[in-house]
Amino acid sequence: MNDAKTLTIDGRIVKIENERNLLELVRKADIDLPTFCYHSDLSVYGACRLCLVQVEGRGIQPACSTPPEAGMKVKTTTEEIREIRKISVELLLANHNSSCPTCSKSASCQLQSLARRLGIEKVRFKPTVREEPVDRSSPSLVRDPSKCILCGDCVRVCSEIQGIGAIDFVHRGSKAAVVPAFGKNLEEVECVNCGQCAAICPTGALTPKSDVAAIWKELDNPKKKVVAQIAPAVRVALGEHFGKEAGMLSTGQMVAALRALGFDKVYDTSFTADLTIVEETEEFLRRTKGEAPLPLFTSCCPGWVKFAEQYYPELLPNLSSCRSPQQMLGSLAKNNLPAQLGVDRKDMIMVSIMPCTAKKFEARRPEFAVDGVPDVDYVMTTQELAHMIEQSGIQFDKLEPASMDMPMGFKTGAGIIFGNSGGVSEAVLRYAAEKVNGVKLDNPDFIEARGNDSRREVTVTLGGKPLKLIIVNGLKAARTLADEVRAGTCDASFIEVMACPGGCVGGAGQPVSRDPLARSKRTRGLYDADKMLELHKSQDNHLVAQAYSETLGEPGSHKAHELLHTHYHSRRRMDTGGVTLNEAGDTPKVSVQVCVGTSCYLRGSQQLLQSVLKHIEDQQLKADVSVEATFCFEKCDRGPTVSVNDKVLHKCTHKKACDAIDKAMVGALQTA
Amino acid sequence: MTTIDLKQTRETYEAANRTVTRRVIICAGTGCMANGAMKVYARFVEAIAKAGIPVITELKAEDTKPNKTLVSSSGCQGFCQMGPLVTLLPENILYTRVTPADVDEIVTSSLVNSQPVDRLLYKDPANGKSCRGTDDIPFYTRQARATLKACGALDPEDLSEYIAQGGYEMAQKAYAQLSAKLLCDEILASGLRGRGGGGFPTGRKWELTRVQPEPKKYVICNGDEGDPGAFMDRSVMEGNPHSVIEGMMITARAIGADEGYIYVRAEYPLAVKRMRKAIADAEQAGLLGTNLFESGQALSLHVMEGAGAFVCGEETALIASIEGKRGMPSPKPPFPAQSGLWGKPTVINNVETLATIPLILAAGATEYRKLGTKTSPGTKTFALTGHVANTGLIEVPFGSTLREIIFNIGGGVTRQDGSQDPNGFKAVQIGGPSGGCLTRDHLDLPMDFDSLKTVGAMVGSGGLVVMNQKTCMVRIARFFMQFTQNESCGKCVLCREGTRQMLSMLDDITEGRADAGTLELLEKLANAVQKGSLCGLGKTAPSPVLSTLRHFRAEYEAHVHGKTCPAGECKALARPEIIPANCKGCTACVKKCPVGAITGERKLPHTINASLCIKCGVCAQTCKFNAITGV
Repeated sequence: MNDAKTLTIDGRIVKIENERNLLELVRKADIDLPTFCYHSDLSVYGACRLCLVQVEGRGIQPACSTPPEAGMKVKTTTEEIREIRKISVELLLANHNSSCPTCSKSASCQLQSLARRLGIEKVRFKPTVREEPVDRSSPSLVRDPSKCILCGDCVRVCSEIQGIGAIDFVHRGSKAAVVPAFGKNLEEVECVNCGQCAAICPTGALTPKSDVAAIWKELDNPKKKVVAQIAPAVRVALGEHFGKEAGMLSTGQMVAALRALGFDKVYDTSFTADLTIVEETEEFLRRTKGEAPLPLFTSCCPGWVKFAEQYYPELLPNLSSCRSPQQMLGSLAKNNLPAQLGVDRKDMIMVSIMPCTAKKFEARRPEFAVDGVPDVDYVMTTQELAHMIEQSGIQFDKLEPASMDMPMGFKTGAGIIFGNSGGVSEAVLRYAAEKVNGVKLDNPDFIEARGNDSRREVTVTLGGKPLKLIIVNGLKAARTLADEVRAGTCDASFIEVMACPGGCVGGAGQPVSRDPLARSKRTRGLYDADKMLELHKSQDNHLVAQAYSETLGEPGSHKAHELLHTHYHSRRRMDTGGVTLNEAGDTPKVSVQVCVGTSCYLRGSQQLLQSVLKHIEDQQLKADVSVEATFCFEKCDRGPTVSVNDKVLHKCTHKKACDAIDKAMVGALQTA
Repeated sequence: MTTIDLKQTRETYEAANRTVTRRVIICAGTGCMANGAMKVYARFVEAIAKAGIPVITELKAEDTKPNKTLVSSSGCQGFCQMGPLVTLLPENILYTRVTPADVDEIVTSSLVNSQPVDRLLYKDPANGKSCRGTDDIPFYTRQARATLKACGALDPEDLSEYIAQGGYEMAQKAYAQLSAKLLCDEILASGLRGRGGGGFPTGRKWELTRVQPEPKKYVICNGDEGDPGAFMDRSVMEGNPHSVIEGMMITARAIGADEGYIYVRAEYPLAVKRMRKAIADAEQAGLLGTNLFESGQALSLHVMEGAGAFVCGEETALIASIEGKRGMPSPKPPFPAQSGLWGKPTVINNVETLATIPLILAAGATEYRKLGTKTSPGTKTFALTGHVANTGLIEVPFGSTLREIIFNIGGGVTRQDGSQDPNGFKAVQIGGPSGGCLTRDHLDLPMDFDSLKTVGAMVGSGGLVVMNQKTCMVRIARFFMQFTQNESCGKCVLCREGTRQMLSMLDDITEGRADAGTLELLEKLANAVQKGSLCGLGKTAPSPVLSTLRHFRAEYEAHVHGKTCPAGECKALARPEIIPANCKGCTACVKKCPVGAITGERKLPHTINASLCIKCGVCAQTCKFNAITGV
């Protein structure tokens, strides 16, 4: 760069370096120009019209989309600009549901703070806000359209960072709105519950769903024993809510606060992170011996798991079957603790405190419940815990630090760095290196796995052979990588995916921060916490070893599989059922499904359906055989696909189908 | 595929044309079609055959029989008010408002006996004299039809007819003889400015795109004409589609593009159909393809139907729409010349601009500059509507005055009932919802891109709405604000919420709810929206408000402070009263009043109960004695 390149901002000379736009330069000059829609990680959008500046000779220009040029004379505040800014914010306020005192975003609402900053004492325009139903369908997020200012941040983060596009704009003019696809509820669309939309939302239009009220109720119930687990990333962020700097560790106060709130036990999700490392690394090493497909994808991020189920069902065998640390702790605790605490399983309530909104969805997955009792009953975000502490009146900064309960409060640094993107990979390497090389690691750090990029590739030598790992964060980067794996062009053996930028430290449940460096400070905080611990390798966690000896047996054992592993299912298609074409009473003897998805349809499934229906009519089987037209068995290359009593027939013909139906009918009659 | 031989095509056409002694052209523009032009067409074919004259509807080279009459349809001839229009050649007689019932008489009188049918000729309102045709009808003689010239004369669906008139010769010249740089220089020298509204120099736009190093570039024709009442681009696409293609070919050559899109409103099905057919015919003839005029250069064109959003006329929104995204403008820079369609350098020109390109190349830049003004050379089409005798499509050189357009071409201002009103002129809205109004003071202003800007208006895409004294200017501002509010894409705050609030304030003004602060706030908001909006639509949305406030402030104040509408259009402000001296007590109004608000005894003056009155105005229309005022 030419050193002589400068421009003037409010009379001050500012050097142009690699700034992409005037806004970056203005901020470099320590002027906090307001914006709603500018984020350095997202595309320039130019909708909020707040960063307008006066450029000599060019009039009023938006700083966010004006490239800096040497010699420009920029004024960030003039009477005219102040008036336009004020008008813009007043226009937004006129169209905003101003129930501010009761809004969960009240303390961190940017619209509110900007109105204050700009000295708006009265909105000169008529209120135009529409009453609209609040969408509470999602387990993780609440969408309140009446608070939306249409800055488009959520739309761009969902499509540009997460590669999903679960929400987008509809309608024109003053009717414009951000809605989930086809105007459905958030729960019904391809949202993976990562909550990055809520994290970026400047107002209360998208917020994490709170379970605080229900948790209070459990705490108040003397019959219940309420147990907490805390994820690693929470401890470096909770303090922010109480005025501490991001990254400052507040584990002790957090435990003390939870006890004060009435929790009976406080455990550390890092304990099961250590357990995950043992199980997952063993699984990985088995896979490298050809037992199951490689690369192995991590499975501890619920946003990624749902994403893979939606878009990459063919890669599900590559996902580690390990449950996430949250779910491992849930199942282990519900397996062991009720007896120790002297309560029924249903009366032991597991509350996990997570930096994540998708964990709320994960805890509700039916796989993670035994006899209808979930392993994890409630998930609350870091924000929610902060609110509970506030509600109780506990003075957080005055709390004497307390320590976690044993054994599941014990962890190594490997379980702590899980909260950072790259942390799982590093923890796996700490385990695998010792196991494969058979030599103790002097220095457990694998610095090469750390970093800020959304995709990082690491190659290490293990057992004399090179091993390639790829670490991605943000699902758009995951999508690119999954496409490569699907196309067979990826040579990595191990892939770590975290849905949120930076990993769990950047989760949507973390406190809303105005500090642009908050995320990297939290990352630093976790690595420092690892340093401060005595142990750094999951295999050194003697209480994990004890859990194996007392409950689980060997890594990968039957019991370990029952409690620590899971399975996945494709969500590629709509969950809606098929179309019933012949109803055969409540208990049909034979049930037939004919796929009418595109590929099968093109292969003649429609005609097949007709001829099968005719066969049933001719054979007078209408009272016994139910027929459904259905969508996609995911075997498109082998269509038409028909299932007869769950037996799936590929490349099905009329004869094949009728023979199967007749045979099933005979079978049914014989059993009867 | 080898390119069609233009010279040979022309000769073949001319040979076939020599077998035709007379031609009957029925205008098949939208206005004439709506008034039954196609029935007239069918009737002509029948009637001519019945009269024993050999009649054809298509020129065929193999048909060498002499003395035939050719019945053909054309694109819009512009004189829409008087349609359906029928032209007889070679006499160049223009019959107006022709119905199928008139056809027999035309055939007998004019075709058989060579006598004009006087009653179907246009009568000059100035002197009542019959005009034979375009040579003596003031509507035409005062115009300078260049882009539109061929629209009314040739069959838009016949490629050979376009070629016979010299079509595609300039494309050939561009590909076979001229360099890209020379082409850009020539258009820059001609001073041509974009006809879509902004008036950006076309040659500069081309040059900016030409110098981009990217190998892939696009040319886009912007046919998303969305101004209410404007139909210039539509007429060109429907009436002379090959001129648009030829313009695109030359543009593609100048910037180095090998692919192009014609973005047409889906509401223009005929334009879509004609453009598609013209592309297919040009491909068939090898005019479009992989090796244009043996230059080794390729060009393929696609028609893309818009989905009815006004904002898609904005170039970045149009590009987003072609890419399959929501049609929302994005901040510039980057400009389309740098990063346009699919991120590639792209030139977007308006239909009229593109159709002008071959004319400029044919005439040469110097010759082209002879028409128009120094900073705005050439001609401009306008859609003339409103309270004017001759509504329709016109083309005049830049620098023409409103007086010439409204009084000479338009035939003067009319009252609500259509009768002429010599003193009726109040204002024109120029440039549609993005433009402003001009008043009596501007009647003699030579209009071009720059002069209009100085008086707070703009050429825009060329809508010209004439308004008489009975037009309320606040309601006009409100009408256009309603339009932009509906058509705002909703992206930027100032446009989305600002237009909504301006509309609500204009509602307050016209419905009597405004107070002293309303006008001040309206003006402040209008300024903020104008200065701060993201795209052209938003920046110009307040223009109708600002320009009416500038020129007709007293009218606004009368609404706000006096709670009256001087033009009498705002019903909410009407205060119907009966003048006792005029009222004869006939009770006619009592009987007509739908809400029983008028009472009074026979032969005694009546009274109106203001609390019951719904201000429908039926009483005033009923009264024969002008006794009812204020409604």
